[in-house]
Amino acid sequence: MAALTPVVDFAQFLVGGLATGTLYGLVALGIVLLYRSSRVLNFAHGDLAALGAFIAYTMLVQLGWPFVPSVAVSLVATAAAGALFYFIVLRPVKEATLLGRIVVTLGLALALSGAVTLIWGADTKVFPFPLSELRGYRPGGVFVSHLRLGLSAAGLALMASLYLLVQRTRVGLAMRAVSQDLVAAQALGIPARRIFALTWGLAGALGAAAGILTAPVTLLTPFMMLDPFLKGFAAAVLGGMDSMPGAVLGGWLLGLAESLFAGYVSVKFKTTLAFVIIILTLMVRPEGLLGREFHRRV
Amino acid sequence: MELRQRYEEDLFLVRGAAAWLATAALLAALAFFPFYSPRYLLFPAILVAVNAIVAVGLNVLTGLTGQISLGHAGFVGIGAYAATLLAARVGVPWWLAWPAAGLIAAGFGVLIGVPALRLTGPYLTIATLGFGIAVHQVLTNWEGLSGGRMGLEVPRVSVGPAALTGDQRLYYLAVTIAAVLTWAAANLARSHVGRAFVALRDSDIAAEVMGVNLTRYKVLAFAVSAFYAGIAGALFAQALRHLEPQSFDLIQSIYYFSMIVLGGLGSVPGAVLGAAVLTMLPGFLSGFREWLPVIFGVAIILIMVIEPRGLYGRWQRIRRYFKTWPL
Repeated sequence: MAALTPVVDFAQFLVGGLATGTLYGLVALGIVLLYRSSRVLNFAHGDLAALGAFIAYTMLVQLGWPFVPSVAVSLVATAAAGALFYFIVLRPVKEATLLGRIVVTLGLALALSGAVTLIWGADTKVFPFPLSELRGYRPGGVFVSHLRLGLSAAGLALMASLYLLVQRTRVGLAMRAVSQDLVAAQALGIPARRIFALTWGLAGALGAAAGILTAPVTLLTPFMMLDPFLKGFAAAVLGGMDSMPGAVLGGWLLGLAESLFAGYVSVKFKTTLAFVIIILTLMVRPEGLLGREFHRRV
Repeated sequence: MELRQRYEEDLFLVRGAAAWLATAALLAALAFFPFYSPRYLLFPAILVAVNAIVAVGLNVLTGLTGQISLGHAGFVGIGAYAATLLAARVGVPWWLAWPAAGLIAAGFGVLIGVPALRLTGPYLTIATLGFGIAVHQVLTNWEGLSGGRMGLEVPRVSVGPAALTGDQRLYYLAVTIAAVLTWAAANLARSHVGRAFVALRDSDIAAEVMGVNLTRYKVLAFAVSAFYAGIAGALFAQALRHLEPQSFDLIQSIYYFSMIVLGGLGSVPGAVLGAAVLTMLPGFLSGFREWLPVIFGVAIILIMVIEPRGLYGRWQRIRRYFKTWPL
């Protein structure tokens, strides 16, 4: 993959950036989904994602299941963990202030990452994935591996199905209603608690999917999702915390910016860039690119 | 006349013979600690003092002012490296270098505090989180400054009578600084500045209507909190004698945050208590080292579900119960 021309180089950076950006967008979607519905910033999202990836790993490698059922089990289990967390912890929290809820998800993040380390060990594991990183297509000199292509396609399919779920179904309508006005939604007979639990479950499953799609690239460790999770946050802030298309757009923009920055400026400070972007976004346009403007009632 | 609205606030300023006696006993216990405790507890005691300073400072920001910071390890790191570099490369004496480290950290606090004016809740949390990680990354990658992953040797500071060992002298230095800073924070909490912080936490719009200058007090809270972290960093560097960026990562920030949650948000004794418990706990649970994150995480969740005012809040409840006991 020697550098041919500056143009091909540039195109290669773009392709890499978009592929990474799709993953960031997927993580961001999980964060935005929860934030929209209940204003909870879920700090445990990355750890739920890691949990999902590890469950899939156990199914695939230790129990020798085929790929698709393993992934399905992982998604369902992580979704159940998310919904369970809502019912057992988040609902009975006494001081349900913003601070209190953030603290609780932080606690969950610590406990989950600790539990994952405890069960599966801290050593690095290879996640078997049916596509190869080395083979791929080479249109016009730009290399696109099967793996990246498959990951991006899966990510896009997930985004599209989530969009359909939220915008085109009755359940999605209920989710949107609850997020817009909780009291009015409850008065109209929408079972808000079940909708919240469902949202947590969906976010968990999305996280697990993101974890499974990240694992083949980064290898499997308990803290493998920390970096993608932070990038997902950055993407969500960039796109607007309450906008799902914004999350996807933010993911791509961040992926591109990072890839170009790493290619032309510095690989070492790549991660720092994400936070510079967060702070710049918050200073210039705090509601994000596609988010609605803040309105506060006194 | 002082304004007190709740009974807990009344208790906060306990006066009377019993309280003075308890304070004196605590100070005496701290003063003679190196002589009656086993040697291996001396170093953890120094760490408790360091973490107590960070927790008390973080409590000014999060507990009083309601601004969450998940980047406090960043401020501690800045303090640690600033003090060490000032002493090692510039040759500044420690009594000048340490306050300078605090002030440099406070400068960064102002830097974060200014964008924090426009950010609330989760946005601020992310911004501080990003700050902490950025500091960690810069320390890891800017090798000219930090020695990179190889680390940095810390020039030794020794003050105090020569009869004591190095660790004992450092213990007295750390405990003195921690005591003074804790006393200062307790007084700050009940000054007009502390009241402004609390007003800002409970409702910033209402506070502004009442004449609290939001800009000034939010930035001030960040500066004070970062100053505490910077001083603690200088002490921490002295305790470790060898600095590595790994000591100032995200997990450390979360631990600092856990301390004030566990101890009780918004109370100075709570912050000290939380720092002491979370610093000593790993030592007592050394057989379950790998369980620690799980225990910490579950403890945080339980505290929030069962007793949001933390250990200190629970202690106050117990005391109130026994005040009229057995009635």
